[in-house]
Amino acid sequence: MRRTSITAAIAAITLVATAAGCGGGSATGDGGNKNPKTLTYWASNQGKSLDDDKQKLTPELQKFEKQTGIHVKLEVVGWPDLLNRVLTAASSGQGPDVLNIGNTWSASLQATGALLPFDDTAFSAIGGKDRFVASALGSTGAAGKPPAAVPLYSLAYGLYYNKKMFKAAGITNPPATWSELVTDGKKLTSGGKYGLAVEGANNAENIHHAYIFAKQHGGDFFDASGNPTFTSPGAIAGVKQYVDFIASDKITAPGNAEYAQNQSLQDFATGKAGMLLWQAAGVQLAQRGMKADDWGIAPVPVQSGAPGQGTNVDTMVAGINLAVFKNTQNRDGALKFVKFMTSDEEQKILNGKYGSIPPVSAAQSDPQFSNPEQTVLRQGLAKSAVALPQVPKESQFEDLVGTALKDLFADAAAGKPVTTQTVQKRLEKAQQQMTG
Amino acid sequence: MATTTGTTAPSQGENSLSGSARPRKKPRRSYKVGRGAIPYLLILPAVLMELLIHLVPMVVGVVMSFKELTQFYIRNWGAAPWRGLGNYRVAVDFNSAIGHALLHSFLITCAFTVLAVGCSWLLGITGAILMQDAFRGRGFLRALFMTPYALPVYASVIIWAFMLQHDNGLVNHVLHDQLHLTSKPAFWLIGNNSFISIVVVSIWRNWPFALLVLMAGMQNIPDELYEASAIDGAGVWQQIRRITMPSLRPINQVLVLVLFLWTFNDFNVPYVLFGASAPAAGDLISIHIYQASFLTWNFGSGSAMSVLLLLFLLVVTTVYLALTSLRSRRTHV
Repeated sequence: MRRTSITAAIAAITLVATAAGCGGGSATGDGGNKNPKTLTYWASNQGKSLDDDKQKLTPELQKFEKQTGIHVKLEVVGWPDLLNRVLTAASSGQGPDVLNIGNTWSASLQATGALLPFDDTAFSAIGGKDRFVASALGSTGAAGKPPAAVPLYSLAYGLYYNKKMFKAAGITNPPATWSELVTDGKKLTSGGKYGLAVEGANNAENIHHAYIFAKQHGGDFFDASGNPTFTSPGAIAGVKQYVDFIASDKITAPGNAEYAQNQSLQDFATGKAGMLLWQAAGVQLAQRGMKADDWGIAPVPVQSGAPGQGTNVDTMVAGINLAVFKNTQNRDGALKFVKFMTSDEEQKILNGKYGSIPPVSAAQSDPQFSNPEQTVLRQGLAKSAVALPQVPKESQFEDLVGTALKDLFADAAAGKPVTTQTVQKRLEKAQQQMTG
Repeated sequence: MATTTGTTAPSQGENSLSGSARPRKKPRRSYKVGRGAIPYLLILPAVLMELLIHLVPMVVGVVMSFKELTQFYIRNWGAAPWRGLGNYRVAVDFNSAIGHALLHSFLITCAFTVLAVGCSWLLGITGAILMQDAFRGRGFLRALFMTPYALPVYASVIIWAFMLQHDNGLVNHVLHDQLHLTSKPAFWLIGNNSFISIVVVSIWRNWPFALLVLMAGMQNIPDELYEASAIDGAGVWQQIRRITMPSLRPINQVLVLVLFLWTFNDFNVPYVLFGASAPAAGDLISIHIYQASFLTWNFGSGSAMSVLLLLFLLVVTTVYLALTSLRSRRTHV
């Protein structure tokens, strides 16, 4: 008997011990050029699947190898893992040479010091800063510091609508203001079909929309010095207006509150919802079997008037940035690769494949980016886009406020009242968790 | 690892055996001491390696918990400023948002663990007793019941996630569309029902383990005991109470402990079911700590919570073992 309990005790301690395990390491090396013949590149998942990305990128990487003799090892990393992988790479020093990052993470990752700053020397190595569109450069790091990355693909939100459903409901023009959108949404909502699809449990999507809504109400989630202002009246009003699509307008199916795997895109493609707010959805709608003639695109609505700056912004500066890992053992090769990927020719090819907008001015004027969808997105980026806060705590904001929105959507879907007070309370909690 | 342990263990055992035997020249007595020590000496290398492999990361984790390890310092941990007990103070200040959320998560996890372990054990013992006697199809049933445990966690839990969906899920289809038990389709992955979901999925995954261990334990109970008691007129309930349960006591002692630790620490099931940001009602402690460190990039705070969790589990384990060994010693003396 005694022996059994001792064995059990040892087993128990071992089991308990695994609970608190955490790895360790330090990564302060600043790289160099010890390994000039190869590069490791982490690409983000822009296509339908990781494999789709591989097929799209490989021919370009082979072209690069032909030009420079540098072999690029490609790994496509899915969005749920990418930030964790980057963080692990930053803390261990074992990472790729070149990597894609969501452009909203730029300032957060910049603060870790893991990315090579694009100062004047680095920019001249890739052909100069003025090749890039100004709005895209606005989402590459904190103001007053050398950018942590350069723009690779630009994206913006547009309002996608189902032409057949609009016609059947007697709607002639796509809505230009939110009140029009709600009116139209109510006309479309009947018989198991809904006006608008939202991705209610997806933190990133929630944050993007909440931020634009807050801006339209004259609010923000951070003040000028980078401190959180989650409970400013504008932020509360913005969040509430977004959640109200389910809570009080009832133009969005309650089930959307648990969407996090692009089901809203699927619902729109299959005609379960008449409208969708999305970034460059065209390619993905085609992959889901929706014909290009069946959908139309318009600028994202505003509160009143026409899209512009100030309280009339209607999209965020969305997109993907390309960064160089500071620890790289092939810094010159990495910069050559960045130059290659942002060259006019590659920009046209890559953005053409993904349906995004080139952040490089010379490539943007190519006629292939002048179809109706990309014209709307391009004009949004040029005239009425705002960058998400370029502060170190941006990624925490995405997580905490994103979770708050998910909870509020869950309440709305369950039929619980969502009022200014409940929104304020939930955002207060998020802010306290951020400040400690 | 395995070869090292295998080769060093016997030699160490022999050395200490002969070392203690020779100078004393009292063969009989020292032989006794040596024989008692052999099992411990045999597992000593393994224990040392375990401690080394687990202890180093643990110590690093504990050190981290005293530091302000945020995104500004993850590239160079050494430069992160010391916070003393600051991270702990924040974690246990239940009036603040972070402490309050941690306490909430802890209580949710306690309730979840009690329910999940209790039901897993109950199902396991029921199944084991029903399948104790041989009958046609027993092998098939055993294999069938083992399936949830044999499936990869991700694959099986993602299927649950599909089944629990609001719009197209099988659960709502059966409960609402077919049986009309609910007035409208319920949400299982968000809101308060998520607690029920996580408990059910956890039981589904863990009860086969309880069944496996208990079935193995029952094979050691001699049939003669049951035959003798049947002759003495004992019914099934009496047999279970007087023979099966007492014989399974040592098995149960370890089984319940292991299930408790696994369930309390479970990360995979809630993570696959709910994603990184779990709903409040399903906010289990391991996910909560993950969120506090990885998603908000505050590894010092996350480590402090991990250390608190470790202390709690150690206390529970120690008290549990002390109580159960005390009771078993009393019953056996």
